[in-house]
Amino acid sequence: MGQHAGALPAAPRGASRRAMARREAALGIGMVAGPVLGALVFGVAPLLFIGWYSLNDWSPLAGKFDFVGLNNFVQLFGSSTFQTSLAVTGAFVVGVVITETIVALLLATLLNRRMRGIGLFRAAYFAPVVVAYVAWALVWDYLLASNGAVNTFLANFGIAGPDWLNSPSWALFSVILIVLFKGVGQNMVLFLAALQSVPSELLEAGEIDGASPFARFRAITFPLITPTVMMVLILTTVGALNIFVPIQLLTHGGPGNATNVISYYLYEVAFKQQEFGLGSAIGIVLFVIVLLLTLGQWSLRKRWVHDER
Amino acid sequence: MSADVITRPAPRRSVWKTRKFLGPLALYLALVVLAIPFVYPLLWMVLSTFKPIAEIYGASNLFPNQWTLDALGKIFTVNPLLPQYWNSLYTSVVITAITVVFSAMAGYAFARLRFPHVNKVFFLVLSTMFLPVEVTIIPIFRWTAELGLLNTHWPLIIPMAFGPKLAIAVFIFRQFFLSLPRELEEAAMLDGMNRFSIFARIVMPLSGAPTATVVILTFLNAFNMYIEPLVFIRSPELLTVGIGLTRYQDQYGDPLYNAQLGATSLTVLPVLLVFLFAQRQFVESLSRVGLKG
Repeated sequence: MGQHAGALPAAPRGASRRAMARREAALGIGMVAGPVLGALVFGVAPLLFIGWYSLNDWSPLAGKFDFVGLNNFVQLFGSSTFQTSLAVTGAFVVGVVITETIVALLLATLLNRRMRGIGLFRAAYFAPVVVAYVAWALVWDYLLASNGAVNTFLANFGIAGPDWLNSPSWALFSVILIVLFKGVGQNMVLFLAALQSVPSELLEAGEIDGASPFARFRAITFPLITPTVMMVLILTTVGALNIFVPIQLLTHGGPGNATNVISYYLYEVAFKQQEFGLGSAIGIVLFVIVLLLTLGQWSLRKRWVHDER
Repeated sequence: MSADVITRPAPRRSVWKTRKFLGPLALYLALVVLAIPFVYPLLWMVLSTFKPIAEIYGASNLFPNQWTLDALGKIFTVNPLLPQYWNSLYTSVVITAITVVFSAMAGYAFARLRFPHVNKVFFLVLSTMFLPVEVTIIPIFRWTAELGLLNTHWPLIIPMAFGPKLAIAVFIFRQFFLSLPRELEEAAMLDGMNRFSIFARIVMPLSGAPTATVVILTFLNAFNMYIEPLVFIRSPELLTVGIGLTRYQDQYGDPLYNAQLGATSLTVLPVLLVFLFAQRQFVESLSRVGLKG
């Protein structure tokens, strides 16, 4: 890109203006080429390819790649493991989204005031967000072991804690807790920014009218922060659907299939059992779920959200 | 998404009047108790590096009863942590550099330059933003194998530098450039400067905030990479640090708890230190866009 190319002090006219527009277009195309090619090669193409793979019985171990039509999908939706996986994914996503949203809102409300040391607490709640997921999960693996620090602490009060990560009834709950503490700080700062933008005059007016703190929150604060609530819901849902590290590290989808969320199930089928065709079919299902949820939340946003920023 | 609001102090006269309901002391107490699940695991991780293996389980004490430096020697010998650390560091730097350069250029072009189908092309890039890595990794695995690049760092660097995360960075820069007043650029244009020089010499020097956001997001994301090395890398000395942390066993296959926790601390502490010193930047950056999963 030559410097001062076509530098003309006076505004160009006619043919030279068209030449300038052409140069601008060429420059624009050149500047966006990297991300556009990237989106095609590492976004669009993989999607088309797993679409094709999902129609094939592809198993490198057996050395075969045969077209089988929709067989993989028929097999998938008929398998009890996959049905369980869908149910577990639903429970996990709902659990994470609800707890993360409520706890984040609670923490943001507590931190939304002028007090000495408030920044320290904000940093504390936010710290796990910057910690590597593998490190966070590893530490909780120690803490939640049957004779780990948590249960040893509970024993002081005569409480026999469960084997958090290895008990079919507690494993999913435990993973949700680990995910909650890892990610809630991010939603908290989003809510904190939103709360600080609520005009205090409105809240004062509500107070003078005798509205209780809860009534003020419901009638004044919440409607004003709905754009942020929406954003938090979308980000948390997509994040929860992509969950991988804590499952792979702590439970391997178990015990049984108690924590076998779809993103982990895909990895297990494709890269452990080497059934890439079936794995691709799971990938298509995961993609469709992400797509539908994102589109659904965007259209919901139009009806529900107070003020589009 | 007004990140600047975060830094603004809360209104002086708190309308919540907590004082009426619970004293400030009770509030501090609540904040401290709530902080336990966020802070205790990190403190426990660091301090348990100095515990004998027998003290890791069956105890809830934070500080070691018996301090030992046994683990320190094993951190770098049981598993090649130093090469792994280097792998994570250099791949993250390369990915971050590629991302910043390409996303800033594209963000500027999408915000300011006119070329055919500009909006459709932008939508194409943006639509890949939420694509889960679990979905794209199977084809990328196959291409990598066909190119003979398994067990190298190429499949870690290129797909992450040019994939869906780049789309997020493009979006961040475009939004920022759209918010910049056009007058400066128009003045420079009248002086005869071409568009690319205007971008490189006038606009970029004003773009510290989105650049910091993209750098922090991309670097954290790359440094914490997990499923890619798990799938693409076999040799221990080519692994990145995240997977390396799971490889702490003695020659009989028994886990070396304290060495693992030491290695984990060494991975986490530098990031946490940078976070504490640049807290505002981190909070603003990560509150602007999602970095989850």
